Amino acid sequence: MPKSFNVNKYLRMDKMPHIWCPGCGNGMVMSAFLRAVDSLQLDPNRVVVVSGIGCSSRISGYLDFNTLHTTHGRPLAFATGIKLAEPTLEVVVITGDGDATAIGGNHFLHSCRRNINITLIVINNYIYGMTGGQYSPLTHKGDFATTAPYGNVEPELDMCKVAESAGATYVARGVTYKPVSMEDMIIKALENKGFSLVEILSQCPVYYGRMNKKGDAVEMLKWQKENTVTMKAAAQMAPSALKGKIITGVLSSRYRPEYTEEYENVIQQAQESAQ
Amino acid sequence: MTSERRLMQGNEACAEGALKAGLQFFAGYPITPSTEIAEILAKKLPKLGGKFIQMEDEIASMAAVIGASLTGAKSLTATSGPGFSLKQENLGFAIMTEVPCVIVNVQRLGPSTGGPTLTAQGDVLQARWGTHGEHAIIALCPASVEETYYLTIMAFNYAERFRTPVILLLDETIGHLRESVQLDKYDKMKIFSRPRPWETPDKYLPYAAEDDEPPPMAVFGEGYRYHVTGLVHDETGFPCTGNHAAIDRLLRRLTNKILAHEDEITLYKETMTEDAEHLLIAFGASARSAASAVKIARREGIRAGLLQVQTLWPFPEKLIRQKTLGKRSVLVPEMNLGQYAREIKKVVSDKTMVVTLSQIDGRLFHPNKILAYFKGEEKHAEVL
Ligand SMILES: Cc1ncc(C[n+]2csc(CCOP(=O)(O)OP(=O)(O)O)c2C)c(N)n1
Ligand code: SF4
Ligand SMILES: [Mg+2]
Repeated sequence: MPKSFNVNKYLRMDKMPHIWCPGCGNGMVMSAFLRAVDSLQLDPNRVVVVSGIGCSSRISGYLDFNTLHTTHGRPLAFATGIKLAEPTLEVVVITGDGDATAIGGNHFLHSCRRNINITLIVINNYIYGMTGGQYSPLTHKGDFATTAPYGNVEPELDMCKVAESAGATYVARGVTYKPVSMEDMIIKALENKGFSLVEILSQCPVYYGRMNKKGDAVEMLKWQKENTVTMKAAAQMAPSALKGKIITGVLSSRYRPEYTEEYENVIQQAQESAQ
Repeated sequence: MTSERRLMQGNEACAEGALKAGLQFFAGYPITPSTEIAEILAKKLPKLGGKFIQMEDEIASMAAVIGASLTGAKSLTATSGPGFSLKQENLGFAIMTEVPCVIVNVQRLGPSTGGPTLTAQGDVLQARWGTHGEHAIIALCPASVEETYYLTIMAFNYAERFRTPVILLLDETIGHLRESVQLDKYDKMKIFSRPRPWETPDKYLPYAAEDDEPPPMAVFGEGYRYHVTGLVHDETGFPCTGNHAAIDRLLRRLTNKILAHEDEITLYKETMTEDAEHLLIAFGASARSAASAVKIARREGIRAGLLQVQTLWPFPEKLIRQKTLGKRSVLVPEMNLGQYAREIKKVVSDKTMVVTLSQIDGRLFHPNKILAYFKGEEKHAEVL
């Protein structure tokens, strides 16, 4: 990461100030993404950022790329159309935990399965921020939300495990309190020729934080630090010490054929058989 | 295209028409009675370098089609009732963001799963108002296999010309009908492509348009780097929730760019309308039944005529007013309970009686019902 990196060059500065609350993690993920774009020297004209609906999904409006702010839960389906129609574009989806795993769960599953070359960055704040603090599929059991006033009865989903078993070829979990590793994961995800998921544990101090007495943003970052363990560290730890900890780092990385390349083969085959 | 006649199914004519119009991308989810369109395009599109994808559902198909269109590809999806219902939210997104695409709905009997192989015309008003919020829509409805080919091309032309989703409403009868067609007479049809920006990216305002016209559309990846959102937006394309004047401008323009071109979009056919005392107004498969009824009625000395509307939406108000003027009665045979008849009633003079003739048993509208009406013997006739 060059020290002199100026995030502004990728931002639509006339759209500032952004809508996010003080202490929100969305801006931290946005700048990690921009540092990744910068270190890979991607051509902004060829980058497409697609988002769904939610606080996190507002990121698309601030980025000086081709940007598409879609309907709730559907950004991956829009992105699939873009990527298949024009595979040379760098297609990135940035969205929230609710958008990606509740209403968008179906598209998430099938994007992983196709291994289509799209990078999905999910900002997991454990809550529906935009609508004022309802529980999401990633809200932990027992946590509070406006629609879980007695504590969440539903168990949470491990979306990284789902991604891996559904066929994603790069799966990583980062945390906002470690911006450098977050950036590094996004770089690797962008470089991966296939479907990549980077789940970022983030903070919504306003709803999730307040309702669960997690304190302000700084305390929430501290909570992240105390409750997450990297893959590497976890390998050395006893199972009892790992209880209740969230594993971070690159959780899976492998090769599988990529969807749009496979479809190019279909085109070739169809055209040969036509001759 | 050779000049020989070919035996073809309605759904096949739709796929061929789409290719003729320049189709490059199809996304869909199988559903009877529309599936043949997907199957044919799965085979043909890659041969032409185009792309086909079977998505995980109809919501995703509609989304993928919009995404593909943003890269400049002419895009299509095809479905039937249950799938058409699922597409509505993203259909509204395409209207709001002005992304050209074509949605085929081969109507089957509903509501719900209804009758997958049963014919119906129950989605006429859903095509008009299925997605939420104030908007205008273009919907075309063919009554033969050859018309399906022609109107599919027109659907793409209107989608591109006006930067809007266009609905092609088939019914099960037309989708599965096999007829001999001659398509080479459409070879010289003008094919439209969306208006493109002429200014440099730094001066491009993606949603700035002349009155009643669509704005020029840049393609993702060619340097314009603009923002597309389903939120209300101003000429820059960015949200303008607090700017009520801009919201007003946007919503009026989205409707006016279609309504102001009613004449250009209105397509129809007519037989023996001029001296007709009783004017039948029909569309899709029931227009065929109406045509046979008119022939028989004339033989029996009843002065009947047929106006077949091919453009259902925007409602061809001028055409209907003009053609119904001075008629004793207007009869509207539909495979629903009078959805279009009631629209017609709104614009026809009080001196002309408007009668809805309905059949909703999953079978093709029978010409005898119309003849029975003339004899005063049709029970599913209602004067509006
Ligand atoms: C079809 C539909 N259903 C519901 C909503 C309301 N809605 C907007 S954002 C949102 C949840 C967003 O949560 P998440 O994806 O976690 O994003 P966050 O705001 O937390 O960043 C919901 C339910 C909507 N816009 N569209
Ligand atoms: S509500 Fe939460 S997620 Fe939304 S901007 Fe505020 S802090 Fe961020
Ligand atoms: Mg959230």
